[in-house]
Amino acid sequence: MYTELIKPENLVYTKTKVMTDKELSYCPGCGHGTAHRIIMEVIEEMGIQGETIGVAPVGCSVLAYEFMNIDVQQAAHGRAPALATAIKRLWPEKYVFTYQGDGDLAAIGTAETIHACNRGENIVIVFINNGIYGMTGGQMAPTTLPNMKSSTSPYGRDETEMGHPLKMTELVANLPGVYYVTRQAVHKPSHVRKAKKAIRKAFENTAKKTGVSFVEIVSNCNSGWKMRPTDANQWMEDNMFPYYPLGDIKVDGLFVNK
Amino acid sequence: MKELRLMKGNEAMAEAMIRAGYDGYFGYPITPQSEVMEYLQAERPMERTGMVVLQAESEVASINMLYGGAGSGKNVVTSSSSPGISLMQEGLSYIAGAELPCLVINVQRGGPGLGDIQPAQADYFQAVKGGGHGDYKLIVIAPASVQESSDFVKLALELSNKYRNPVMILTDGAIGQMMEKVELFPQQPRWTIEEIREKKPWATFGKPADGERRIITSLDLLPEKLEAHNTHLQEKYRTIEKNEVRYEEIMCEDAEYIFVAYGLASRICQKTIQLLREKGIKVGIIRPITLYPFPKDILKSYASKVNGFFVVEMNAGQMVEDVQLAVECKEKVSFYGRTGGVLPTPEEVMEAFEKSFK
Repeated sequence: MYTELIKPENLVYTKTKVMTDKELSYCPGCGHGTAHRIIMEVIEEMGIQGETIGVAPVGCSVLAYEFMNIDVQQAAHGRAPALATAIKRLWPEKYVFTYQGDGDLAAIGTAETIHACNRGENIVIVFINNGIYGMTGGQMAPTTLPNMKSSTSPYGRDETEMGHPLKMTELVANLPGVYYVTRQAVHKPSHVRKAKKAIRKAFENTAKKTGVSFVEIVSNCNSGWKMRPTDANQWMEDNMFPYYPLGDIKVDGLFVNK
Repeated sequence: MKELRLMKGNEAMAEAMIRAGYDGYFGYPITPQSEVMEYLQAERPMERTGMVVLQAESEVASINMLYGGAGSGKNVVTSSSSPGISLMQEGLSYIAGAELPCLVINVQRGGPGLGDIQPAQADYFQAVKGGGHGDYKLIVIAPASVQESSDFVKLALELSNKYRNPVMILTDGAIGQMMEKVELFPQQPRWTIEEIREKKPWATFGKPADGERRIITSLDLLPEKLEAHNTHLQEKYRTIEKNEVRYEEIMCEDAEYIFVAYGLASRICQKTIQLLREKGIKVGIIRPITLYPFPKDILKSYASKVNGFFVVEMNAGQMVEDVQLAVECKEKVSFYGRTGGVLPTPEEVMEAFEKSFK
């Protein structure tokens, strides 16, 4: 009896063809799948599937190319902005983006991130920040919160010994080569819609050759945080968002007054 | 008409990059090769051919820019010197694993560590045995003159694309800095998008509307699949060993002893064999031009004909091991080397030879 409902005019949502049919390798509850999907939806909506080159990191999303139905290069740990720099300079009319986690972008790849931003490369950087190394099993990340427990900070992150959580997004916003900086989330539908708008703006910016567009997505890691998915999302709202507040930081090259 | 110029080795390589039709150079300053990027920037290659030149934030970034650029189908090149080349080893391993053509130039200086800035050949093992992690090989070419420095930049573009393999030019601070006459080859066009599409269908420059997406990666989590990839790489290396060995024989026809030396050391040995021949001792030189693939067969063929091999290197003895392997210890192999950027004189090489084979 449902078959009569399956008509083109009743269709309200369908998976974008810019995602492959490959089953996601991410843990149930993880934000990566949603983040992948909204980027691929933007690529479909802008009609740039054949004009886009993605650069995947090392980390949980090392296999992003399995799910993204576009040309992708898989970089060495932290080096995605260097690859993206060369691809964009050699193919200036293409859309080039990196997709990186906090360990990749804010620890081992800090130099590549800062200098790609400082040169004002016309690329999109999508930064997934869940405050932990997910793939290697929950070790402390540069963005791990104060007193937060991880497998390499089992008694909590002691800031006097282990340093402070690095706010890379605020840091790169200070660079003149960076044109658009925003921090988003994807754990609720309203946030997904906002994050997708931010991704779209970022991709549109790069076509205007205005410099780096940097989109941080504060995300969860229920496996690494050792929580149920719903608890992880609540913990993220209660702990991550106060330290990493959501919203635009720099738009069209200008800081947003708050 | 011939285009002759008096140039430094480093400048000749930079000019050759533009003329050979490279699409991009990415590098970081380091002595004794900084003239490469200085020359390029002064020449405005974007205006001459559309070639991109970018000063990266580190050698780590430069090699990964090559990884990105080569993966997207462009012909790309970097240059550095020993400490910088060490920083590139991670990237080179990825590039070799993903089978991407590109050129890396090592203008060697004294090591280990920060060492000094004088010419040396102490990176031989790093260049020919792998350097980074995993089972892989670079094609390694060693120029002995400014002319070859120029010519091999062009040759590297052909070889790297023929085999989808990174090529290294292994030279040194003396050849990079010295000035010699060089005949420049004519300007070659950069590859068009149609040529890239045809010759590099694997490259990531945007998914074709009617085809599959392209993926550049060195990752394969299934051991059997990764082993199959490694087997494929090894088969490719065997083909390279069969087809691409290059060497020069200097006065070997009547030689009773064979010197084996490459690059600058071979230039020093040319004077030494002249001095020895004046004394009536018949000596020749086999100069490996490709260090990988190594000219094993020609060395082996001389093993039964001569009284000994004398290997001269600007290091503590690296290529000498490959010479011993090549002649299968059937003939005496002796070695003389200076390290730390000290150049041996032809006379001291002669003395060392005479001591070894008295």
